[in-house]
Amino acid sequence: MKPINNMAWFLVLPVVLCVAFSAVIPLMTVVNYSVQDILGPDQKVFVGMEWFKATMRDPELHGALIRQLIFTGTVLTIEIPLGILLALSLPASGWRSSLALVLLAMPLLIPQNVVGTIWQIFGRSDIGLAGVAVNAMGISYNYTNSSLDAWLTVVIMDVWHWTPLIALLAFAGLRAIPEAYYQAARIDGASRLAVFRYIQLPKMSGVLLIGLLLRFMDSFMIYTEPFVLTGGGPGNATTFLSQYLTQKAVGQFDLGPAAAFSLIYFLIILLACFLFYTFLQQNQQSTDKSTGSGS
Amino acid sequence: MKKRYFGLILYLFLAILPVYWMLNMAFRSNEEIVGAFHLWPQALDLSNFRTVLTDPSWYSGYINSLIYVAINTVLSLAVALPAAYAFSRYQFLGDKHLFFWLLTNRMSPPAVFLLPFFQLYNSVGLFDTHIAVAMAHMLFNVPLAVWILEGFMSGIPREIDETAYIDGYSFPRFFVPIFMPLIGAGIGVTAFFCFMFSWVELLLARTLTSVNAKPIVAIMTRTVSASGMDWGVLAAAGVLTIVPGAMVIWFVRNYIAKGFAMCRV
Repeated sequence: MKPINNMAWFLVLPVVLCVAFSAVIPLMTVVNYSVQDILGPDQKVFVGMEWFKATMRDPELHGALIRQLIFTGTVLTIEIPLGILLALSLPASGWRSSLALVLLAMPLLIPQNVVGTIWQIFGRSDIGLAGVAVNAMGISYNYTNSSLDAWLTVVIMDVWHWTPLIALLAFAGLRAIPEAYYQAARIDGASRLAVFRYIQLPKMSGVLLIGLLLRFMDSFMIYTEPFVLTGGGPGNATTFLSQYLTQKAVGQFDLGPAAAFSLIYFLIILLACFLFYTFLQQNQQSTDKSTGSGS
Repeated sequence: MKKRYFGLILYLFLAILPVYWMLNMAFRSNEEIVGAFHLWPQALDLSNFRTVLTDPSWYSGYINSLIYVAINTVLSLAVALPAAYAFSRYQFLGDKHLFFWLLTNRMSPPAVFLLPFFQLYNSVGLFDTHIAVAMAHMLFNVPLAVWILEGFMSGIPREIDETAYIDGYSFPRFFVPIFMPLIGAGIGVTAFFCFMFSWVELLLARTLTSVNAKPIVAIMTRTVSASGMDWGVLAAAGVLTIVPGAMVIWFVRNYIAKGFAMCRV
């Protein structure tokens, strides 16, 4: 057990102050807006829960939320297994490993709007390689006017952009497994699948949890990439929550409803992450107990 | 052995294609881009790169971005290191709640806080400074830094600390010269993540700056709307945004290859 020491608060204090400055004050501003009707710089009317009620009944919000859930679900189901597969097939060391890592990680370091720009160019059916190639195969593809094509392009773009994150984390987890584990498995005659299921996967669980949570949060907040690529269209096929929110807050300047929406949005992510976090933490503790490593 | 790498090579090939296509665009003039479809540039046209590298309104964006990313990485690490140590070594009042509260800040969508951020930094006179963007990015980088560093620190046996304290080392004299080298890989990986998330972020960086600290990513969006579609210059600027990132990966690759497990959640 860790010793109890309340002096440790002094070590945490800088973080708390830094984060509180940029987190608590803006959050309170949003709360403040969400219960008022802002008519002008000095004209405000207290409206109570009115905006929350209106937001909850907004059919467009429901649409955006459903699209968001489908999108997040899709990218997570593709990215996590693909990332693990890539990590398993990466060479362990040597120049091949370095080269593959650098190439693999490159999409991660490209700014979000550049990612949008890359795919905007790449997918265009007149000047883009992918657009031209797909059309040449006899499949009609145009992300600017077909909703399905636009949605698929956004999904592929996200997979391209973020699968490397899972792959890197999973790879780091794999490299931390001592060789003795594999030797023991070989002596026991364990199959490739059993090695993966009982050695590699449990040992990767820590880093995979970080990857899963990061990907869940970030895909739920995705804004810039679809904004640059499709602008939320055609129609509203790729209008996700952040997109819809920004349209409301910046485009129509409906501060009250936008703030109420923001809070609901934030609470959804918070709830989902809390469930994830608690569930996985309990899972971890139970495996710790069953394997007897209580560290 | 060959069969094992087939999938990986195929994936890497496909993943490189979009980047290659942008590079291809960057070496071509606008007429050539719109005029005809070619798999590679017909004549190497460097004028796009020349525009980006000689026009101050372009290249100042790179400098601004690098400045705030650097400030952000250093500050995030500086505050996250002691905090991660506290979480990894001690129990204290409200530690679990505090940890989750920190994580919630990683979860708040930037779109939610755009306007309040603008008002806050405007009222304290930090608007359009590098430090404002760095501070705003700390909101999502510090929680992540604490989380990753905590994982690395928990992998170091507590006996090392105890021995050092018994030998009469004070906390700063133990922490900086002895403990920090032990988690060098963790610091490297954390710096990589801080750099990455700060470098790619657009919304907050664009909202909190206007002229003096305008990042390259914001300058790129302006060009799209202003002069129609200047594909060539846009692609050249995009190619140059990848360069710092590629360098950072090169430096951090060994830490990743050495492996880390993050056994504790």
